[in-house]
Amino acid sequence: MDLLDVIQILDSTLRLATPLLFACLAGLFSERAGIVDIGLEGKMLASAFLSAAAASYTGNVWLGCLAGIGASLLLAAIHGVASITFRGNQLISGVAINFLASGLTVVVGEAWFGLGGRTPQLMGAGRFQEIDLPFAQEIRDVPLLGPIYADLLSGHSALVYIGLLCVPLTWWILYRTRFGLRLRAVGENPAAVDTAGVSVAGLRYAAVMICGVLTGLAGAYLATALSAGFVKEMSAGRGFIALAALIFAKWRPWYALGATLLFGLLEALGNRFQTIQVFDVTVPTQFMQALPYILTVVILAGFVGRAIPPRAGGEPYVKER
Amino acid sequence: MSPAGNGGDAALAIELRGISKAFGPVQANRDISIQVRRGTIHGIIGENGAGKSTLMSILYGFYRADAGEILIGGRRVEIPDSQAAIRAGIGMVFQHFKLVENFTVLENVVLGAEDGRLLKPSLAKARRLLKQLADDYEMDVDPEAVIEDLGVGQQQRVEILKALYREADILILDEPTGVLTPAEADHLFRILRGLRDEGKTIILITHKLREIMEITDTVSVMRRGEMTATVRTAETSPEELAELMVGRKVLLRVDKAPATPRDVVLEVRNLRVVDEQKVERLRGIDLTIRRGEILGIAGVSGNGQSELLEVLGGYANGTGTIRMNGREIDLTGSASNARTRRARGIAHVPEDRQREGLVMDYSAWENVAFGYHSDPRFSSGLFMDHAAMRADCDDKMHRFDVRPPDPTLAAKNFSGGNQQKIVLAREIERNPDLLMIGQPTRGVDIGAIEFIHEQIVALRDQGKAILLVSVELDEIMALSDRIAVMFDGRIMGERLPDETDQRELGLLMAGMAGEAA
Ligand SMILES: Nc1ncnc2c1ncn2[C@@H]1O[C@H](COP(=O)(O)OP(=O)(O)OP(=O)(O)O)[C@@H](O)[C@H]1O
Ligand SMILES: [Mg+2]
Repeated sequence: MDLLDVIQILDSTLRLATPLLFACLAGLFSERAGIVDIGLEGKMLASAFLSAAAASYTGNVWLGCLAGIGASLLLAAIHGVASITFRGNQLISGVAINFLASGLTVVVGEAWFGLGGRTPQLMGAGRFQEIDLPFAQEIRDVPLLGPIYADLLSGHSALVYIGLLCVPLTWWILYRTRFGLRLRAVGENPAAVDTAGVSVAGLRYAAVMICGVLTGLAGAYLATALSAGFVKEMSAGRGFIALAALIFAKWRPWYALGATLLFGLLEALGNRFQTIQVFDVTVPTQFMQALPYILTVVILAGFVGRAIPPRAGGEPYVKER
Repeated sequence: MSPAGNGGDAALAIELRGISKAFGPVQANRDISIQVRRGTIHGIIGENGAGKSTLMSILYGFYRADAGEILIGGRRVEIPDSQAAIRAGIGMVFQHFKLVENFTVLENVVLGAEDGRLLKPSLAKARRLLKQLADDYEMDVDPEAVIEDLGVGQQQRVEILKALYREADILILDEPTGVLTPAEADHLFRILRGLRDEGKTIILITHKLREIMEITDTVSVMRRGEMTATVRTAETSPEELAELMVGRKVLLRVDKAPATPRDVVLEVRNLRVVDEQKVERLRGIDLTIRRGEILGIAGVSGNGQSELLEVLGGYANGTGTIRMNGREIDLTGSASNARTRRARGIAHVPEDRQREGLVMDYSAWENVAFGYHSDPRFSSGLFMDHAAMRADCDDKMHRFDVRPPDPTLAAKNFSGGNQQKIVLAREIERNPDLLMIGQPTRGVDIGAIEFIHEQIVALRDQGKAILLVSVELDEIMALSDRIAVMFDGRIMGERLPDETDQRELGLLMAGMAGEAA
């Protein structure tokens, strides 16, 4: 394996980690505010579908992306109403959203396009194009740094860079702004926020909506950047992997980047090395491709240290003295 | 000050007119009117469930009244939420603190009262102001300390600082001394007097008549949702207040015959406990309790009393020997649990009734049946006999005067004192050889205290052994036949109640054995 191989693997790590990163940050906002969201998967799927549909209809990927965010926001609003206003069970609401998205995308897709649940292949401006960072060509020949810059960092779609920027932005919002302080507080002890004269419901809705926007970006990325159109169930459990990454990241933004890159790396390795020889045993393809899911199970089973979730997570807020 | 409108009097900090509030069938407040003058400390007393906390929560915008009006400084105000209350200059220290446990003191103080969208300037300003407030009122707390690392006394100071930071003119404290040591309570009162002398108005809810007499200027009495009297403190007495509160004469001291201890029930030798952080919490405890006596354990909370109860009750591990009626109890292994301890005749009223004594979301009858569910009276083969359980609960509720006597009400909807009576009823009815009681009257009104104390003494007179743990020295002195003082995981010494005094016990509690002995 030479430098080029490594760079290629890391390059696809970055591509594959991006939807996870968006979803993970989305979950971070929601759960930090005390709203557990297992509906990331469904929101991502709905966004993937509507963004691909709108992009193919308008031929403009940005409009597609907006439509995707809209779909995700709608589902987020449902989750918000169910779990904040009506104090319902957040897990059940999340599961319902996943079912809803999984069914609706196929049914509506078939009705609109008649392609068996697919959307038409996206072309040209209907897809996110790869962006060359400045001077990528000029410094390509510089040893080591050249290829890292030109081949690894440069040449991704806009959403990859937006995702990376979201990490410091999330950190800054969470730890440096008034909103962030209140958001973290409402996930730990909503009564403290309420008695301090701040609306618990307002904060939680804000968090759920931010979550909707970010999962919208995750879905749009899947359908219009990573692939060229929507395919049935294309989110493929990424919403759940993102939740596992969130736990692994202990609900912190920079750790979330690390965790999603790890999952991205596993997926990239699985794609690249279809079979591996370990001594005399051939590891089957299926095992390699199952790696991210295996890690998910390991994390959820609590093998990687104790992670303390926000204390009021999953609990509807009822006034009590 | 602005001219008085609506016929209000500007010299009154607070005036409530005809406040009513119902929770379903429970009328928590009924047509309550009260006036509190600016620059005074006003006490509110009343039995458990009288509606004190509800009234104050209405004033703080936590609940909305069904009817009535609120006047602040002589002007009518609407208080739909806590934000409005804060704007009206009201600050509140709740019975259960409203702090974000893993935030720093500074973050908790600033929360909701930030100066702008960015945190840094707000935090810097708060740090300055906090220092100033700390100097003015000797309220030393480290602004960077994380709440969960602080003791309750300090946490309470953070709550007061929160209110002062929001420039509250009116400070409401709901049972602030329930969790404090005597020294901390004295300090709190110094702070409150300082605030009053500055012109602030303070409302103090408490069950301790001594505190009312010591610090308040006026005092109101509530009973079953109504305001029954308001008097000047200087013109009343604890006896009169107690009578106003309960509606009959109350014995303010415990009437008990001298103990007649018989054979040993519990013997503890060299009991040690090491906690998860590898800190030794009990460092070799030796105790003996006999049939027909009450052993009181005095001490500032956090000196190993909780661990002692937990090990004896069977839900923490320890080393050493415990003998119950002469037979050794297995301290390790799978047979060491609460169920086997029960079978050996140990009953336990835990210190923290809300966390360990009750399942707050379950109804009273379910809570009363816990641990009894396999009792033949309540089960027929595979199934539980709910009707019998409910009837049993109803019976206990009447005998222990639990209010309201409704077995189907969830535990969380009873007031503190009534929750305590429910746990007590369950454990006493077990007919144990040894009853361990932690903080039996924390947050409990004097009528109920009298009742609970009577029950404990009656149990002793039936020949039970009683281990009483309390941070209330008065309670320990009044009930115990022998007093052991705990400090830092050890027993500092044993005294007889009539051969010691508060001062000596206080020294032992502070770990000063040499001077006291
Ligand atoms: N959220 C609620 N739902 C139903 N009933 C309630 C609720 N809160 C309080 N109550 C009932 O209202 C009555 C008044 O309760 P409140 O807590 O105000 O009493 P209190 O005087 O503060 O008692 P304590 O001295 O024990 O603190 C009680 O009967 C209580 O059971
Ligand atoms: Mg109360």
